[in-house]
Amino acid sequence: MALELKNVSKRVGAATHIHETSLVLEPGTFNVLLGTTLAGKTTLMQLMAGLERPTSGEIWFAGHNVTGVAVQKRNVSMVYQQFINYANFTVYDNIASPLRVAGISAREIDSRVNEAAELLRLSPMLKRRPSELSGGQQQRTAIARAIVKDSDIILLDEPLANLDYKLREELRDELPKLFAGRDCIVVYATTEPSEALLFGGKTATLFEGRVTQFGPTSEIYRHPNTLTSARVFSDPPINVAEVRKVNGDIILGDKVKWKVGRAAQALADGAYTIAIRPHHIIPTNGSQEKATIEGRVLVAELSGSESVIHFDMNGQTWVSQSHGIHPFEVGSTAKLHVDVDRSYFFDANGALVGGAG
Amino acid sequence: MNKTVDNKGWFFVLPVVLLVAFNAIIPLMTVVNFSVQETFGDNVFTWAGVQWFQDVLHSDRFHSALGRQLLFTGIILAIEIPLGLAIALTMPRKGPWVSVCLVLMSLPLLIPWNVVGAMWNIMALPDIGLLGKFLNAIGFEYNYTRRPISAWFTIVLMDVWHWTSLVALLCYAGLVSIPDAYYQAARVDGARSWAVFRYIQLPKLRHVLTIAVLLRFMDSFMIYTEAVVLTGGGPGSATTFLSIDLVKTALGQFDLGPAAAMSIIYFLIVLVLSWLFYTLMMRNEET
Repeated sequence: MALELKNVSKRVGAATHIHETSLVLEPGTFNVLLGTTLAGKTTLMQLMAGLERPTSGEIWFAGHNVTGVAVQKRNVSMVYQQFINYANFTVYDNIASPLRVAGISAREIDSRVNEAAELLRLSPMLKRRPSELSGGQQQRTAIARAIVKDSDIILLDEPLANLDYKLREELRDELPKLFAGRDCIVVYATTEPSEALLFGGKTATLFEGRVTQFGPTSEIYRHPNTLTSARVFSDPPINVAEVRKVNGDIILGDKVKWKVGRAAQALADGAYTIAIRPHHIIPTNGSQEKATIEGRVLVAELSGSESVIHFDMNGQTWVSQSHGIHPFEVGSTAKLHVDVDRSYFFDANGALVGGAG
Repeated sequence: MNKTVDNKGWFFVLPVVLLVAFNAIIPLMTVVNFSVQETFGDNVFTWAGVQWFQDVLHSDRFHSALGRQLLFTGIILAIEIPLGLAIALTMPRKGPWVSVCLVLMSLPLLIPWNVVGAMWNIMALPDIGLLGKFLNAIGFEYNYTRRPISAWFTIVLMDVWHWTSLVALLCYAGLVSIPDAYYQAARVDGARSWAVFRYIQLPKLRHVLTIAVLLRFMDSFMIYTEAVVLTGGGPGSATTFLSIDLVKTALGQFDLGPAAAMSIIYFLIVLVLSWLFYTLMMRNEET
């Protein structure tokens, strides 16, 4: 019961929303589509759902070509960023609505609605209308409506984006549990790398209408195949610079230089693009092999548990992210330590040639 | 919570109070003044009490004008609201045709009442008018100066032509404000177009429809120009609506007292019915 996208593309007028993409989503998996706004996450989901027809390519489900099949005839459900419910239905009727359309007996509807409501902790609110619920409860209702159908494919399009922090955390914890043990394909679109990491499962990184990489989430995070994938899967943004490898040294600009670490030992001398995650540049010197760099502090954001320092590195803005409070004066020069073993090296085409997170 | 009283606030409200006084309160009070007195001009007034109100409320002429008025407004609402809604539903939501449709729809709204009356007057002439000639040619005995049913038909047609656009544009504005995601969600649920209309579009249009009904009610209840231009309230008094009857009383017969009483009653009817409409439609919202 896998969903297969075979060389699918989507063009609208002169604009290409999705470039030729092939993906295979297995049943019982949680798949995250990770990318910025306009990367093509929503379009890709609409293609998967059958809400949009691909310009070229085919979509197969469970061994059948479903490319032209309307969404009503595919067993899919979708949850949106906006809280979409029928305004003049009660929560109960909202959850029951897809089952009623499907013509299921009242008794079965009742038991399935109650089960879904139980799962999403909506049981006390079944008689209320969506307008009498909090944002979190409205979205729970929409999610309940999606899972009550027992769909083969459940598409969640940034479902937590409109919720406030607390509710988002709460629902984020519950979501994977909801789908655990179900045989459906879950697709979850998000702009936040941290959400992908939290959910685990598989991740597809999207950039400008292309899936740049797809695989187990931790794998993608540790081994981004390209600089683009690494950039998509990093928040705060990953630090990038042009460097040269000469005689066992990494040379950045004309002042900064450090001994090559494990990451690039096997590489031939020459020019590379280096990428270092912000949490691998920290103010304290740990036990690992570290290089020391200096840069003028541009912005220092201190939250309760971490410090994010934006500093100038050879004309580019780099970011350091570390645990604890490390106060830096804006304009002062910060001394920071790079975990050189944990840097990535990309060749001129942007492909990964060395290094691991 | 302590609220500080700041009398300076009144100073800022004063211009509005003056404006409202000049264009609403003072004219209204003048009418009230006339409605309880007898006058023969020359600023000579004698007290008449509620005499005029009693006269108006017991007059058959007023009753039949009110009846005609209610019937007319009822017909207008029954046609224009569903028709406007239907037009709005068929209008495109995206693409180059949107602006074409919007311009075409707004054209009738830009034409003044008396011009609309004159246009249809000519168009409906039984001997040379396009509509009149056509209707007679296909076998209808159509003549708006002689047959009340023809006159009614023409005025209703005129009003529908003139004002359905307003309802359609209001509904259209309501419809385009519904995010695409709602339609998508309904499609994913497998809802048919009737269900989409009944459970997504209609609830979202409730406020807009309330406004449309109110506007069309108030406006059609005050219809004057079209009927005057077409037949002057005739044939006989077949299209003498409340406002025409009022003008005939006040300016034709110069019965200022009864006319003043009549306008107050007229005003109160519009006010009470509007309030009723509004509260009824808003109460539905809550339950």
